[in-house]
Amino acid sequence: MPLSQRNLLDLDEFGRDDIGLILDTGVSMAEILSRQIPRVPTLRGTTIANLFYEASTRTRVSFELAARSLGADVVNVTASGSSIEKGESLVDTLRTVQALGADMVVIRHRDAGAPYLAAATLDCPVINAGDGWHAHPSQALLDLYTVRTRLGRLEGIKLVIVGDILHSRVARSNIWGFARMGARIVLCGPPQLLPHEVTRFPGTDGLVTIEPNLDVAVEDADVVMALRIQQERMEGAHLPDLREYARLYSISEARLARANPDALVMHPGPMNQGVEISATIAYGNASVIEEQVTNGVAVRMAGIYLLAGGSAEAANGQ
Amino acid sequence: MASKDLLIKGARVIDPAANRDEIADVLVRAGRIEAVDPGLGIPDGAATIDATGQVVAPGLVDPHCHLRQPGFEYKETIGTGSRAAAAGGFTTICSMANTRPVADDRGVIETILEFAEREAVVRVLPLASVTMGMQGRQLVQMGELVDAGVIGFSDDGIPLPGADTMRTALEYATRFDRPIANHAEDPSLIAGATMHEGLTSTRLGLPAAPRQAEEIMISRDVLLSELTGGRYHALHLSSGGSVELIQRAKERGAPVTAEVTPHHLTLTDAIVGGREEPAAARLGPYDANTKVNPPLREPADLDLLRAALASGVIDCVGTDHAPHARHEKEVEFARADSGFSLFETAFATMLGLVHTGVLDLPALIERMTVAPARVYNLPHGTLRPGAPADIVIFDPELEWVVDRERFLSKGHNTPYHGLPMKGRALRTIFGGETVFDLAATPAATGGSVGA
Amino acid sequence: MLRGSVRLNRRQIMDAADMRRALTRIAHEIVEQNSGAERLVLIGMHTRGVPLARRVAAIIDEFEATTPPVGELDITLYRDDLGMQARPPAVSPTNIPFPIEAKNVVLFDDVLFTGRTVRAALDALIDFGRPRTIQLGVMIDRGHRELPIRADYVGKNLPTARNEDVELRVQEIDGADSVAVATLDRPYRED
Repeated sequence: MPLSQRNLLDLDEFGRDDIGLILDTGVSMAEILSRQIPRVPTLRGTTIANLFYEASTRTRVSFELAARSLGADVVNVTASGSSIEKGESLVDTLRTVQALGADMVVIRHRDAGAPYLAAATLDCPVINAGDGWHAHPSQALLDLYTVRTRLGRLEGIKLVIVGDILHSRVARSNIWGFARMGARIVLCGPPQLLPHEVTRFPGTDGLVTIEPNLDVAVEDADVVMALRIQQERMEGAHLPDLREYARLYSISEARLARANPDALVMHPGPMNQGVEISATIAYGNASVIEEQVTNGVAVRMAGIYLLAGGSAEAANGQ
Repeated sequence: MASKDLLIKGARVIDPAANRDEIADVLVRAGRIEAVDPGLGIPDGAATIDATGQVVAPGLVDPHCHLRQPGFEYKETIGTGSRAAAAGGFTTICSMANTRPVADDRGVIETILEFAEREAVVRVLPLASVTMGMQGRQLVQMGELVDAGVIGFSDDGIPLPGADTMRTALEYATRFDRPIANHAEDPSLIAGATMHEGLTSTRLGLPAAPRQAEEIMISRDVLLSELTGGRYHALHLSSGGSVELIQRAKERGAPVTAEVTPHHLTLTDAIVGGREEPAAARLGPYDANTKVNPPLREPADLDLLRAALASGVIDCVGTDHAPHARHEKEVEFARADSGFSLFETAFATMLGLVHTGVLDLPALIERMTVAPARVYNLPHGTLRPGAPADIVIFDPELEWVVDRERFLSKGHNTPYHGLPMKGRALRTIFGGETVFDLAATPAATGGSVGA
Repeated sequence: MLRGSVRLNRRQIMDAADMRRALTRIAHEIVEQNSGAERLVLIGMHTRGVPLARRVAAIIDEFEATTPPVGELDITLYRDDLGMQARPPAVSPTNIPFPIEAKNVVLFDDVLFTGRTVRAALDALIDFGRPRTIQLGVMIDRGHRELPIRADYVGKNLPTARNEDVELRVQEIDGADSVAVATLDRPYRED
């Protein structure tokens, strides 16, 4: 079964089969990356445009490696020094990129929903590489992949996501993804950053709960995921102080001891060590943070491959 | 202007100001209502309109619209806006002050009135801003502006931030018996917000503000109205919770009025996440044609607002017609301008509420004619003999589909595109002259007749 | 897979015993050709090439007392016709957990037809290192080559028409061993 979706905008529209297919394909892609020559010619002759309206080294490089490993050409368009900076509208930039021959567009944007505008404007598939507070589906997929690889299952596990849930696209996409695969999700953070509505996403069926006390939340957890605390939240009225945040919400040895003995610790990066996670934990045995980065390329290859349909004529003809 | 007499025959005539609802004829002479009575004879040389089976009502009064001239003629002009209003059954429209330059001095008001005189096909009555440049600090020269013809004061689009400013404005305006109309949202709570805070905003990751942002400001404003005795008009209520606050203020004798828009009565925040049905009216997630300020809220709000309009706690319907250009809506949701082009769908939307039993037709006509006129002390919105012959003839049952490409407004920004409607204006008469006739202009009137 | 074509008739070409004899002969030919089994590795191409390669390895073990390593190769990502597909086909795992550097690699496929699949497999193998030789074993060679490729070891040469389809079944996947030819209502197109 091919993917049911034409774009990767968020995981809310992705069924269990879709996610399973991406993760399974990710296994094949990981094998390619382990080869002496970690590259296949699959997408030779196709061009993937990376439109990054928001600075992001790791995600951009990960997508670029993924595309190149599949043999595609990559064009990077970043906000600084381009027509974007000169005030060209998103829609005009997209039309230009399409006219120049992009076969797929990967977009990162600080405004939620920008990838939907891209998908409505373009004929080619669109991958959301992070939009505002809304979604970061490729991150969620690599998180799912990492957990499945390590624990061998997703159904029934307990995932705790700790931090600024309100402003986190990683949290939102992981809620959809892990709930769709049957995991239980506990969201933990300061109450002002923990909107109650996250427990009411359609189809998540009681799998998502919130718990503002981390000591309670981590009990029996199989996976503990710390989110990055953005500096600007600290400067605003959202949080009183970093030290207090660390005291209440940092992933520490003592807290991790309350989780399952073989619990995994994850972080989407980049980390603020000593704030949301202690250095000992970040580089300790439970940490799979580096694996997340490695797996990210394989999962993004899977996503790109599965969305890279053939021509429209082929689609119509068959 | 020595037009010949006009007799509109056989319609159901609804004139809430005169407590009239009966089958009658309406005689127009020299641009004014001459008589309304069952079985009027046809005077010599009079033109006649057979309106049997149709409804005749006073031309609708819109207490709240944005005509964009001067300054934003690419969005709308007084000419195009007034023609769109006429197509929607309106004959009196009250324009907000957020033009460029802001309507904060006599010169701008006179410019608006000159444009209106030259280009408008209906009556355009401007509001001035409350503060200079809508900056929220220095009050405008209300006396001179009243002399120039303004009907009220509002910084609409921007909430008046300081309670002290609101207090002073209300007190000063009592000298001129004009209301202060406020866009009631607490500025600190709505900073950066793009929609209503709830499940949809949480799902979509859009910055949002709770309905309390409105209720807090309404609370402040009605208390200050009570304190000062100044007339206060609450613009475009969106929160169900505001109803109780308005009701309590009225019960305590504060000179408070309130309006509600057709969209806040009929649409919820869910459409920001997309609309699948009907297919012709499909909206994708984050479509900026769902972005409006104050934002669309939840079903419970709609219920309370509808009940309040029916009971009269909310006095009137205002369209908040807010036309924008395509390039201002075809952008990231957070960057899009707020507002809908409403003139050509407002009446049909409201008639929909009559069809579903929210309120009866005479009550709706009251909320769209004499009630908004009362807010700004206007003598319009009635068919009493001697009044200007401002009339709408409409068919409450006519079925049509909204097609924004046919709007007379320059603004095609509507969340109603592709939706089926029931009921619309067939003919709009202003000062005895037909300024809109559906039969004569079927292709340019916002939608195919007979879906 | 064949989309939308109708099978008009079907005749059996080989049964389980025929296939076993063919594989035994191929196993001996391979060992003879490569002067033993030391530097030999077998790589089966997904899907039915994989069990064929495993069987040949087992047969070699019977008379050489050494089992050549067997790998699996999926060539989906090397195909030259992805642009002609509506949606990308599923990828099966590739598993070659041993070096092929300086080895004699024998690729296994079930049916040799246009040669395009083998071309893709050659590209893929090169990415794993530099073998000493690459040889090709197939159960059926049905002709109609579109590329300059030939098999070194053939179970059976089977001249076919374009509108015929060779159906090869193996116990491990299909529950039985057999080779049959079916006539279609329109020309076969490999995908």
